[in-house]
Amino acid sequence: MTEKTIYKRPKSWKGVHTHYCPGCTHGIIHKMICQAIDELGIQEKTVGIAPVGCAVLIYNYTDVDFVEAAHGRAPAIATGIKRVRPDRIVFSYQGDGDLASIGMAEIVHAANRGENITVIFVNNAIYGMTGGQMAPTTLLEQKTTTTQSGRDAHEAGYPIRVCEMLATMEAPAYIERVSAASYKHLPALRNAIKKAFQNQVEGKGFSLVEVLSTCPTNWGMRPLDAVNWLDTHMIPFFPLGKFKDFDGGEA
Amino acid sequence: MEKTLMKGTEAIAEAAVQAGCKYFFGYPITPQNEIPEYMSKRLPEVGGVYLQAESELAASNMLLGAAAVGERVMTSSSSPGISLMSEAVSYMAGQELPVVIVNVMRAGPGLGGILPSQADYNQATCGIGHGDFNLIVLAPGSLQETVNLMQKAFDLAEKYRNPVLVICDGVIGQIMEAVEIPNGTGARYTNPVEWAAGYMDKRGSSVIVRSLYLDAEDLEAHNRKLEAKWRTIVENETMCEKYRTEDAKLVISAFGTVARIARSVVNNLREEGMQVGLIRPIVVSPFPVADFESLSPTCKHILDTEMNWGQMLRDVKAGVRYNIPVSFYGRSGGFCPSEQEIEDECRRLYAELG
Ligand SMILES: Cc1ncc(C[n+]2csc(CCOP(=O)(O)OP(=O)(O)O)c2C)c(N)n1
Repeated sequence: MTEKTIYKRPKSWKGVHTHYCPGCTHGIIHKMICQAIDELGIQEKTVGIAPVGCAVLIYNYTDVDFVEAAHGRAPAIATGIKRVRPDRIVFSYQGDGDLASIGMAEIVHAANRGENITVIFVNNAIYGMTGGQMAPTTLLEQKTTTTQSGRDAHEAGYPIRVCEMLATMEAPAYIERVSAASYKHLPALRNAIKKAFQNQVEGKGFSLVEVLSTCPTNWGMRPLDAVNWLDTHMIPFFPLGKFKDFDGGEA
Repeated sequence: MEKTLMKGTEAIAEAAVQAGCKYFFGYPITPQNEIPEYMSKRLPEVGGVYLQAESELAASNMLLGAAAVGERVMTSSSSPGISLMSEAVSYMAGQELPVVIVNVMRAGPGLGGILPSQADYNQATCGIGHGDFNLIVLAPGSLQETVNLMQKAFDLAEKYRNPVLVICDGVIGQIMEAVEIPNGTGARYTNPVEWAAGYMDKRGSSVIVRSLYLDAEDLEAHNRKLEAKWRTIVENETMCEKYRTEDAKLVISAFGTVARIARSVVNNLREEGMQVGLIRPIVVSPFPVADFESLSPTCKHILDTEMNWGQMLRDVKAGVRYNIPVSFYGRSGGFCPSEQEIEDECRRLYAELG
């Protein structure tokens, strides 16, 4: 009898047990990054920037070199690395608090310079690591520990659509929003992540993939309810799709 | 190499290039703008990179990134900008990254003014960034000395994998003087393959350049290592000049440009037969305690003089183990104590010594 391998762990995955909460999508996204790295054969020249947030521990799962960033500064660190070692593949992995609040200046300017880096932006509409406070992407009326009767635009402004905002700039090569929650969205997630790395390998410039993600623990939901909530609440406000793609013209 | 007439800031930049620095990330602020301006033109000539960041926050984190992949890199700024960089300084100390930062100090607090000052001594020696760490801080006394020390700054940073801060007042930055820029030694003190990111192919395994240790035992072990490193630095890297102190009854303590003025004061008063000397820390962190402790027994009084309200006083007093009375004369807001002012103060104190 011959054996046929239909699935195996990515080579650049460290093969450890996850610390993420049940129903959290960080693990899926990490794995797809590993798959892209394997497929492109870039493991040994990739440098990741770990954010401040739940995903700071990405380096416990992904077997590439990592540099830890202060909260929000990953795009600046990625810039520093890529400018002095252009032959390395540099990516940052950032949450919505990290990228769209404290690190807004750094991401906007890295995008505007068209840095040839890859950004994986995980939007779970909440601050996970610190226990469920409001994020810049928290939806209106969404309850968090710091918006206990729901986010009110008059007090806390509106959720920020990062892809749409960055897509107004000339320099970025590729900006797409995908979802990691439902099974049906996973092929698009895989393709987007791979493309964002491939672009860098080909020297195309700044690529950002926003990944809508669940946080059942801090949303106060069971994992399946969280998936449904993402589909019914987040996607209508944060539409999936390409916002910029040098290859295929402007989306 | 022969002497060339150069502006302070440009001479500092060229000295860094000679010392092998190929990368610079910065943000404009007076009175150090000529450093980034010079670097933007000069670094591409040596195959390096200059980049103007969107803020000092970003500049210092770009610095962190470049250092984390093992490259020789620097930035410069002035006081308000250094405050913004202090976040990255703490991370770079924790992540053990070799970088050089130049602070051409201006008068504060807040926006303060753009005139020369030494008001960031406290920030540099004990107030920059959170956590249990120390910076190596060089405080050269003239433009020539600043230029000479740039190589040492990079060497120390690499030898100990610790950020090094060079503080000079705006006088040193803005002076137009004939200087001789030493050729670089080309020496490297660390092998990035052993610890830096971006070398997985050469090393065969991945690294994490980190400062996060969620387990208290791991963090204490890491901090113990940093502390042991600092002990070695304290043992080996202090630097101090004593000038005519052997028989001095009155010793002036000063650093930077003020020390240059104080030296003239010593010469003037010596001509009148007064036994006056000067002690000048060049590395202010670690502070040259042994040089203060070993001041001649003839020393009855110390006059500390600075371009601030006495930030080095605490170190000077502790340096002489509180055995010698120390008084202070300073100016602030952009003024430098003049030769006349320091001389008057010395005469007054000397008369009281009897
Ligand atoms: C300068 C600074 N401010 C605040 C914090 C505390 N902090 C840690 S994680 C975090 C929020 C992270 O949220 P997000 O980026 O959305 O990532 P998630 O944890 O949800 O994956 C905050 C505010 C910090 N570590 N550093």
